[in-house]
Amino acid sequence: MEIKHQDKIFCCQGCKTVYEILHENDLTYYYDIQNAPGISPKEIEGKYDFLENESIVNKLLEFNDGGTQVVSFLIPSIHCSSCIWILENLNKLFPDVKSSQVNFPEKTVRITMAGSEKSLKNLVILLSRIGYEPYISLEDSEKKEKKKDRSLIYKLGIAGFAFGNIMFLSLPEYFVEYDFWLDKFKPFFRWIMFAFSLPVVFYSASGYFISAYKGLRSRILNIDVPIAIGIVALFVRSTLDIVMDWSTGLFDSLAGLLFLLLLRKFFQQRTYSYLSFERDYKSYFPIAVTRLTKNENDVDTEEQIEVNDVKKGDRLLIRNNEILPVDAILMKGKALIDYSFVTGEAEPIVKKSGDRLFAGGKQQSGNIEVSVLKPVSQSYLTQLWSNDVFQKDYKSSFQSITDGISRRFTAVLLTIAVVATTVWLFIDSAKAFEVFSAILIVACPCAIALAAPFTHGNLLRIYGRAKLYLKEAPVLEKMAKVDTIVFDKTGTLTTNQKNVVTYEGVELTQYEKELLTGTLRASNHPLSRSLYTILSNSNIQMPEEFHETIGKGIEGKYKKHTIRVGSYDFVDAGKRKDENESPNRTEVHISTNENYRGCFVFINEYRTGIKEVFEELQPKETVVLSGDNDGERAYLEKILPSGTAMYFRQKPDDKLNFIKNLQAEGKTVMMIGDGLNDAGALKQSDVGIAVAENTNVFTPACDGIMEAYQFPKIASFLELATRGRKIIIWAFMFSLFYNIIGLSFAVTGNLKPVVAAILMPLSSISIVVFTTMMTTRAGKKLKLEKN
Amino acid sequence: MTIIYMLLAVSVLVAVIFFVAFIYSVKSGQYDDTYTPSVRMLFDDELVKEYTSKKINKTSKELSKQIK
Repeated sequence: MEIKHQDKIFCCQGCKTVYEILHENDLTYYYDIQNAPGISPKEIEGKYDFLENESIVNKLLEFNDGGTQVVSFLIPSIHCSSCIWILENLNKLFPDVKSSQVNFPEKTVRITMAGSEKSLKNLVILLSRIGYEPYISLEDSEKKEKKKDRSLIYKLGIAGFAFGNIMFLSLPEYFVEYDFWLDKFKPFFRWIMFAFSLPVVFYSASGYFISAYKGLRSRILNIDVPIAIGIVALFVRSTLDIVMDWSTGLFDSLAGLLFLLLLRKFFQQRTYSYLSFERDYKSYFPIAVTRLTKNENDVDTEEQIEVNDVKKGDRLLIRNNEILPVDAILMKGKALIDYSFVTGEAEPIVKKSGDRLFAGGKQQSGNIEVSVLKPVSQSYLTQLWSNDVFQKDYKSSFQSITDGISRRFTAVLLTIAVVATTVWLFIDSAKAFEVFSAILIVACPCAIALAAPFTHGNLLRIYGRAKLYLKEAPVLEKMAKVDTIVFDKTGTLTTNQKNVVTYEGVELTQYEKELLTGTLRASNHPLSRSLYTILSNSNIQMPEEFHETIGKGIEGKYKKHTIRVGSYDFVDAGKRKDENESPNRTEVHISTNENYRGCFVFINEYRTGIKEVFEELQPKETVVLSGDNDGERAYLEKILPSGTAMYFRQKPDDKLNFIKNLQAEGKTVMMIGDGLNDAGALKQSDVGIAVAENTNVFTPACDGIMEAYQFPKIASFLELATRGRKIIIWAFMFSLFYNIIGLSFAVTGNLKPVVAAILMPLSSISIVVFTTMMTTRAGKKLKLEKN
Repeated sequence: MTIIYMLLAVSVLVAVIFFVAFIYSVKSGQYDDTYTPSVRMLFDDELVKEYTSKKINKTSKELSKQIK
């Protein structure tokens, strides 16, 4: 649907409204930057009333002195350069705003206002209206001290700075055998080099010493041990060289080595700043709820309070589309609760007054009133986060492929060093120290240390472009070892959209169809919306009268014709037939003029390519773990390979324990899920991947977030990780080859500073080139990268 | 040739000045967001028309009315 207005084409009515506002304020430059910008705003109904509560507002504000307020919002819909522009010109739309600054990678905007606390609500409403709705959740009420760790950049900067300067100073001595003037200035040059190397050794390299020390204390020979030995050997040997006036020292190699080593850390550190991999229920829950209290006249008054302040016995008002943050009993109203995100149940559940409601459900039909049973932190859902999995950091015990190799490498290296030194003690004892230090220096596993990070770094980028966002590099190594893959059903194997497969009953006439679509259009019920999108091609008759019975159905009247759409009871006015109604299907029944017509049957739409994904994943073990009922077991058994185990009605805890049991059997498990009910399983599994239709919305804590439409590529993703592992092993072979060359120089006592200065960077750089080329090739072969 | 001492001192000093400038720029957060400023720069090309303050007030009033 396109809307034309003043020679411009808009995707929706919302964009047109925005344009009109902007046009009036001469802000149309927005539309020159990018064609068809903007996102259609969603409806708002009293949603931000909680911003009238002063204590909540103060928790959101970063700074407030009465006259000036500073606030940061996460705005998931920021997606293009026009968004930056409009948000940074907010002051022209909203006079209270003094300035605003967008951080595009993090999708946040920081706004400085000169108003009162009250302006905040209006500001948020304005933002929502122009399509940039801020995401405010319970998480925002806990102010975290945002301290950015920039020490790596400092270390890298110092190492690079020292490397460049030392290189200049050491060059003359490399190329001139003897020169009168050079001989005169040599000591001066050398001591300046020494001075430059001090901050490199004592600041830039500090991380390696600490890590090596920690490794040794817990009796692990990690890769940082030989690196630390190499650094110390380089520094001590070079200092002795210049003190005793033996040679120029190896300060340039020292600084260059650290520069490269820190560079790889820097590459590895880069992640997706706008995605959060650590979210828990707090970023899903609202920050405030409406509490009802009776005043003296026994009349209910509404009051916005913080979710954390909700106590047992409070009465809360939950509006349409709000999330219930506590366990409660339904007092008033008809509840239709969508638990799909929390329990994996696909269908919204109808609850009657007096029924128990669990936290995390989303109310879908009108307002309800509930009485609180348990506060937020003790609800059935949030209890999951008190499980041990969320306390301990299981993943740190993982031994990487690099650490495995370095253990053997260090042992071999030390043996060679000791043997060679002993031999030299007999041949020429004066040279023994030189050989010993040369071996430690040249064998410093710089290239080995670089192989894995650069392979991983490039793989992460390939995955990122293929819309699988991984949290960190170690996930890749675990992915390569995965032998069991567990899938959630609702939201993972199925899409959130529903599709009608069949219509059962008397064929509807054209006129009835038109009336049906018209009636559906007026309703906001999710099933009505889905049905409407499927039928919308026909000519629409708007009903003259429309009535919606919440939780039951809708009724429309048009020129003496009546149509009823909804549950069987509602449509057929109680004349229930003896037909067996299957509890596992969702049906929408239709009657016109009190005559029953038939029903539309909804089933969950499975993602395309499920069958192929499961087949490609063989011979790995595949499991389907669902919180839903087993209504679709038969269908799944038909399409999935025969070895696939299926478990239904799994509670969040059951899922977690299921994964734990698999791991106890020695399996490496990958969990693919989407909702809060999978949060425990995702955390427990070796690799937890969250599937998201839209990466802007909530995803539970996990190791990686995958865009849902890439689901068919899961097998390729795993294959790429396996190939990445092979590439690393090849790169190790490659760097060992360099080490052998270097060692042959060192053992024979011929390692001149210039040889070290050439050999060490050469080996490192060729490893980087090799891994980058190989991973890109692997990505292309698996069709994850474009040619 | 003793001028070498002097020249070296000067060159090291210049290098140190740039280094300090780098540390300062990192510290002040200039590298925290490396994308947005590149876009923001382009907005300077916008042709700025003279705003009549009445006009702005009018629309912002309308907006705040709508909001209320």
